[in-house]
Amino acid sequence: MKIHLPNSAFIGNIDPFLKNIDFSDNQKLEITANQNWIAVHPVVLSMVAALGFPVKPKNIICKTLTAKSAHYLQRMGLFKFLGTESGINVEEHEPAGRFIPLTQIKNSEELSYFIKEIIPLLHLQPFQVDPIRYVVSELVRNVIEHAASQTGAIVSAQYYKKSNRIAIGIVDTGLGIKKTINQSYVANTHLEAIRLALIPGITGTTKREGGTEYNAGAGLFFIKTIAKVNHDFFMIYSGNALYKLLKTGSSKLHADPFDDNHSKSDSLPLWNGTVVGVDISLSETKEFSELLDLIRDVYSKTIKERRKARYKKPKFI
Amino acid sequence: MKIINIFRRVGSFAENKDIARDIRIKEIMPAIESGKNVILDFSNIDAATQSFMHALISDLIRKYGNEILDQINFKSCNENVQKIIMIVTDYMQEGI
Repeated sequence: MKIHLPNSAFIGNIDPFLKNIDFSDNQKLEITANQNWIAVHPVVLSMVAALGFPVKPKNIICKTLTAKSAHYLQRMGLFKFLGTESGINVEEHEPAGRFIPLTQIKNSEELSYFIKEIIPLLHLQPFQVDPIRYVVSELVRNVIEHAASQTGAIVSAQYYKKSNRIAIGIVDTGLGIKKTINQSYVANTHLEAIRLALIPGITGTTKREGGTEYNAGAGLFFIKTIAKVNHDFFMIYSGNALYKLLKTGSSKLHADPFDDNHSKSDSLPLWNGTVVGVDISLSETKEFSELLDLIRDVYSKTIKERRKARYKKPKFI
Repeated sequence: MKIINIFRRVGSFAENKDIARDIRIKEIMPAIESGKNVILDFSNIDAATQSFMHALISDLIRKYGNEILDQINFKSCNENVQKIIMIVTDYMQEGI
């Protein structure tokens, strides 16, 4: 496998980075990077870590990183995660409380510990922490429950002071959304599977309205909504498909993610598993309670419409 | 009357679905089936996820119908926790 870290890869401009990943020969991983500058979203680092984790450290080749900003990869724990040496001497530039380094979460207990002990290290206000722990909890639980990923979820986050936003990346190398959704619904493509997974009330565990006693199929819809109402980026990459919620467009909530202002692609290299990246603007975070009102409205309407669509029509002869 | 303190089980952020399911199966359902009313006490809970609340109460509505909501009281919920509960009770009743 080959992965190249460009000078810039955030959710808004991540597509070329994804297109250039080479997944051939999964016994080896070659990491190269822009020689002058590397500035990447945590989701990119989570992806590199997830790809490299099963590879023997001796089979991971990391080209000498010359970019001035390469120490960031070291601070985020990438080389420690991969079991390789970077040759970079870290200068302590980043003050504490700006990032959550790459962390592997394999089960419910580790997730609870992460939420209780690690997220507070970001030193944010309670109203800012609510959406972050919500997003992390729901996404990582999806991985634990549905992905069957041997490496669990690989999580990392970064706070950007200038834009006052937090960027979160949660990645797994499990079944992927299509296989999970296909257990209950027909999705012929990875993109269609992502679309279904984002619609409230649709879960791979059952076709029954209301879900099972354990799953409702609402988690991803909630997270997309948090991003949408705050005009933040949100992306899901699974199989060969990418869905990206764009920052622009109205705040009106839609049950169908394709009705939101978005970009999509279904011709990317095949990612076995699921990659989720989300940005949360902390200065513009809409009150969580307002957001819940919106969700309640849309959720109810969606279920009513879905029930109505199943009504049998009377035959008039 | 059975009173269940949620904070003691999950801390201030109610997100652990495994614990929610345990509370439902081991505490709420036996109480309901023996004819008791249940108070779910959310004192000191700052926030809860929809998944937690779903695992806690959805199957009660599915098994016993929406009349079960006459037997359960949700105590000391903040505004957000109340709204999460309402989302779950709404979609479960609409799905019945």
